[in-house]
Amino acid sequence: MSETSWLDQDAWNLALFLVVIAVAVLGAIAAARGGRRFYLRPLPAVEAIGEIIGRATEMGRPVFYIAGTRDLDDVQTLASLAILDQVGTMTARKQCRLIMPTDRSLVLAAAREVLRDAYAAAGRPDGYSDDLVTYVSDDQFGFAARVDGMIAREKPGACLLLGSFFAESLLIAESGNQAGAVQVAGTAMSHQLPFLVAACDHVLIGEEFFAASAYLTGDPTLCGSLRGQDFLKYLVMALITVGALCGIIVAVTDWAPAAVLFQALLRLLETR
Amino acid sequence: MSDAGLHHSLEVFIGAALTLMVFSFLYRDNPLYKIAEHIFVGVSAAYWMVIGFWTTFWPNVVVKLLPAAQRVTNPDAPLPEQDPAVIVPLILGLLMLCRLWPRLAWISRWPTAFAVGTTVGYSLVRYLRSDFLNQISATIEPGLLATADSGALWSARFDHILIVVGTVCAVAYFTFSRARRGGLAILARIGLVFLMITFGASFGSTVMGRVTLLVGRLRFLLGDWLGLI
Repeated sequence: MSETSWLDQDAWNLALFLVVIAVAVLGAIAAARGGRRFYLRPLPAVEAIGEIIGRATEMGRPVFYIAGTRDLDDVQTLASLAILDQVGTMTARKQCRLIMPTDRSLVLAAAREVLRDAYAAAGRPDGYSDDLVTYVSDDQFGFAARVDGMIAREKPGACLLLGSFFAESLLIAESGNQAGAVQVAGTAMSHQLPFLVAACDHVLIGEEFFAASAYLTGDPTLCGSLRGQDFLKYLVMALITVGALCGIIVAVTDWAPAAVLFQALLRLLETR
Repeated sequence: MSDAGLHHSLEVFIGAALTLMVFSFLYRDNPLYKIAEHIFVGVSAAYWMVIGFWTTFWPNVVVKLLPAAQRVTNPDAPLPEQDPAVIVPLILGLLMLCRLWPRLAWISRWPTAFAVGTTVGYSLVRYLRSDFLNQISATIEPGLLATADSGALWSARFDHILIVVGTVCAVAYFTFSRARRGGLAILARIGLVFLMITFGASFGSTVMGRVTLLVGRLRFLLGDWLGLI
């Protein structure tokens, strides 16, 4: 009978990187909470969110919010709900109608909770209604067909497509474009980004999408987290650069120390 | 015409009619599109509900609590062992229904919080492995050493160096907490160029796939329905 172990000793490097990540992120968060202010470079797409909601309000048109087409077990959906909190606060304050069709029952439930809290925090709990968030269908193209129809009829002033999208991304984005809505999109789905770049006015590309909630809230915890993640990106750049240089040196000169360092790096990054 | 032939003809006619009704949206929103849209949404919602019941709820909850229920869908299948642990997710699922009663709606936050918490915890290790370590090692590992024994494969080395430069520059583009000045600005700008070239290639490739889908639908209309091709 085989024995199971609580500790996978082959995964020591995972544990090491987990500690490095935790120290970097938690250290930066602690610094931010301690009063240190971190610089955040401007992201035009994030700044546009407030502007297009204001524009839709002035035009008397609603704002559409689509949190992607995946369930709550997708980190992009979670990131989208964090942004929805800020968008809900803005629409509540500006008294702009928000329409959010969803294709997952759990997202429906979570989005209603987020918006209920956002409207209460904005001092307009009366502006919230469960009807702001509606369930359409779990089917990808059933959802897209319905959202296209809704956009064509409601003529939104702004569309926010923030989440995990698949082939329906261009269908929805093009409908919003046809309806004359100003659109901000954000996703980490690399195959859908080209379509969103083509059909939307502003796009949050990949990591920018995950950073958006920190930009919108200015929350020290989130800003500190961004700073910590940046440290890890510099670490990634350094690992790749050193690894590639070692590889080139080994390939060209077969210099032993470079080969040892190269193998050590591969061992460090090995996963099973 | 046989029953099977009539059935097929009816199926093709309904498919063709719904296809044309959806295509009518290209002109503008209209009653025909609305009919197709409502049929599509209603049928798909019901379809996924039935699929969800028979592929998720029945085998994962009902059969695990009452193994004899296995015989309802498969009379010859061996009976599985009872698994009382599924009572936990069943209770979490039932708690979700508390939102139907406003006074108990707060309870439904617990299963939602559980789903979000487990997702974040589970994803942390999974992404650390697949999107972090594996991506870095895949970037530095394959190209350079593989060609070390052959001086003729410089084009492969050049490809690999291009991948390394593109990756480092693209990562530089996604840094947020430092002003874009000096070397970082140059790296980020090169990274953006790499991203846009990638998007352009991906756009072209996917558009070709979509055109294939359109051709398939036109073949259905002109061939299966009208018999012209």
